[in-house]
Amino acid sequence: MLQFILKRLWVMLLTIFCLTFIVFVLTNLKPNLVRLAITQTNVQGTSAEYERWLDSRGYNRSAIVKYGEWLGVVPGWTNEINGVQEGRCKRVNQEVMPTYCGVLQGNFGFSSTFKDEVSTILGTRMVLTGWLMFWVMVVMIPLALVVGILAGMREGSRLDRGLSTFSIATTATPEYVSGVVFIALFASSKFGLSPLLVEWGWLSGGTLLKGSATSAANAITFDNFALPVMTIALYGMGYISRMTRASMAEVMTSQYIRTARLKGVSFTNIVMKHALRNALIAPFTVIMLQFTYLLTGVVIVETLFNYKGIGWTLVQAAQGNDIDLLLGVSIVAVILVLVTQLISDIGYVYLNPRIRIS
Amino acid sequence: MEPLSGLQIVTGILAQLTPVWICLAVVFFLSYMFKNRLGLYGQVLDNTLGVIGLFLVFFWIFTALLADWCITYDPLRQMSGMKNAFPGMPPTVGEGAHFLLGGDNLARDVFSRMVMGSRTVLTIAPAATLFAYMVGITLGLPAGFYLGWRDTVLSFAANLILAFPVIMLFFLLVTPGIIEMGLPTIMAAILFLFPIIFLMVLFTSRFTPQPTKLAIYLAITLVIGLWVYFGLAFNMDPFGILSMNSNTLNIFVAVVFVNSPTIFRIVRGLTIDVKTRDFVSAAQTRGEGTWYIMLWEILPNVRGPLIVDFCLRIGYTTILLGTLGFFGLGVSPESPDWGMTINEGRKLLSIYPHPALPPAFALMTLVLGLNFLADALREQSLKD
Repeated sequence: MLQFILKRLWVMLLTIFCLTFIVFVLTNLKPNLVRLAITQTNVQGTSAEYERWLDSRGYNRSAIVKYGEWLGVVPGWTNEINGVQEGRCKRVNQEVMPTYCGVLQGNFGFSSTFKDEVSTILGTRMVLTGWLMFWVMVVMIPLALVVGILAGMREGSRLDRGLSTFSIATTATPEYVSGVVFIALFASSKFGLSPLLVEWGWLSGGTLLKGSATSAANAITFDNFALPVMTIALYGMGYISRMTRASMAEVMTSQYIRTARLKGVSFTNIVMKHALRNALIAPFTVIMLQFTYLLTGVVIVETLFNYKGIGWTLVQAAQGNDIDLLLGVSIVAVILVLVTQLISDIGYVYLNPRIRIS
Repeated sequence: MEPLSGLQIVTGILAQLTPVWICLAVVFFLSYMFKNRLGLYGQVLDNTLGVIGLFLVFFWIFTALLADWCITYDPLRQMSGMKNAFPGMPPTVGEGAHFLLGGDNLARDVFSRMVMGSRTVLTIAPAATLFAYMVGITLGLPAGFYLGWRDTVLSFAANLILAFPVIMLFFLLVTPGIIEMGLPTIMAAILFLFPIIFLMVLFTSRFTPQPTKLAIYLAITLVIGLWVYFGLAFNMDPFGILSMNSNTLNIFVAVVFVNSPTIFRIVRGLTIDVKTRDFVSAAQTRGEGTWYIMLWEILPNVRGPLIVDFCLRIGYTTILLGTLGFFGLGVSPESPDWGMTINEGRKLLSIYPHPALPPAFALMTLVLGLNFLADALREQSLKD
């Protein structure tokens, strides 16, 4: 098992290396560098001015050397502007500029969009996204499992048909569709439920829920967090519940369930005590892999609801071609994807006796 | 003119879509007449969800085809005084049709934009999915069949692309500067070769003993393939029929690129599963070539899950295109693309929800139809 994990970790490192290199090359393509210069200088300039700006900050050099600097295996680039020593490694609170400043030295660079250390930005934003993910999981997993189990325990019944249709419908509704519909329904002061409730006197002005989750960064409340959580959870739950249903339906046709039935065990007991444990192995892996899909959803929902987590940061960084921050976000993303894959593989082995023994 | 009431709006929309209803009626009538002779398609008609799915999918296909007869206004035309007009309002200037679903932020007719938007989605999504399938199959079959180093390299590459945050990739690839650099053309030149390679290997592996037949098939593949290849990838169609503007090509290529690894993994997994079966050993004993075994023995036997996934994948691609539009990376800023319309509409969502809701609803119903259809196909293929 240890060997397996070590091998996976090695592949993970290799993947991170290749991926950051690709992101680096893409962000350092000429058009993207010009975009960076345009957003940073903030003025309508000529292309010669942009060139000068890029030259003075060391962007117009070989991408491989720059990547080496970012990694921390090549000495950081320096330049003297108006008698002041400038360079990649210059930091606000440091007296002496170190020669190497890369990821290997624990330095993830400086964000050009937010004018702050990438590690600081990633830290604060990840906590915010973590809360969003946490509440999504709290809402999504129990709901998906209940729907899947109820649908799968009597395959082909009317309940199964109804719940399966519901699951398919949720997977067909991407976040930007359901989010828009939810805002129109719950968070509009002129349409949907809110004006009705105000009219009936159940609500004193304002809207039922908030269409913006910006305030949730300080304090999470039901009315500012319900819509983003609901939007992501709804899209993600369909897939899990369909997996649970398939797995449950398969277990319910197995021999030992029939034996239990013939012994006269009640249906509730069969479902709760006999079937459930075996039926939940497959959904476990799916739930872990779902983190990856949630990532895209998080970007959409954080943009839609203006919640300043890592997804929102990614969009801001990408719009300004913020090289260091994009690299930082992609490292976070790829680690999340690969670690959840690893956990799902290990968990699958541990949960399934047939694989564990062989 | 008076504004229309709710019921009048509904009847107005239904009436405006008359050509679509006629085509739908003809198709369903013919389908039910010849149900027994239509194989898997006929079986889907026995399934309630399948019929609903087919109805939704056909509805949008016909809407896209007949969009010119269904729209009430030019989707790009701005009418004075109709900015954010509510559904059912008559035009303030001149005698024209009512704005059935209101006007958007730039005073354009929401209904016509929704109808026209179906064209963008329904041309790009299925074609991009098909191309991604060609790439995925051409690489997935040998990876699963040979395993070894080929599989290690290809799987690593596939997992690498899958580990990318999709949206970041799009932000980096789908920008005007990148188009000028010619990166999409290079990627298109590589990705669009796969269908030609696929078809050539497909025919060569089977018809080598019959040289005349082989020559005919190869000639047809090369003529049509290269025509499409130059027309789409390099915009150099000698007849000027096929062309794709650079922005569309960029999105098309990006979507194919992102979809291929998933299909690669599916095909690879299915191949590993199927290659130990007896019919494969039988073919090997007969002395068939490996490509013959892969393309004419294994591939037809895994078509069930692939057809189901193809349906689902068109839906995912539709969602992906919408996501692109949502982030302002759509086909072109003026075009009535659904994702972009939703993105424009969301800014004034709490005051004027009507411009954003119709395209959102349209996108949802199309994907829903595809998912229902996939589910029915899965159910029917499990029955046999």
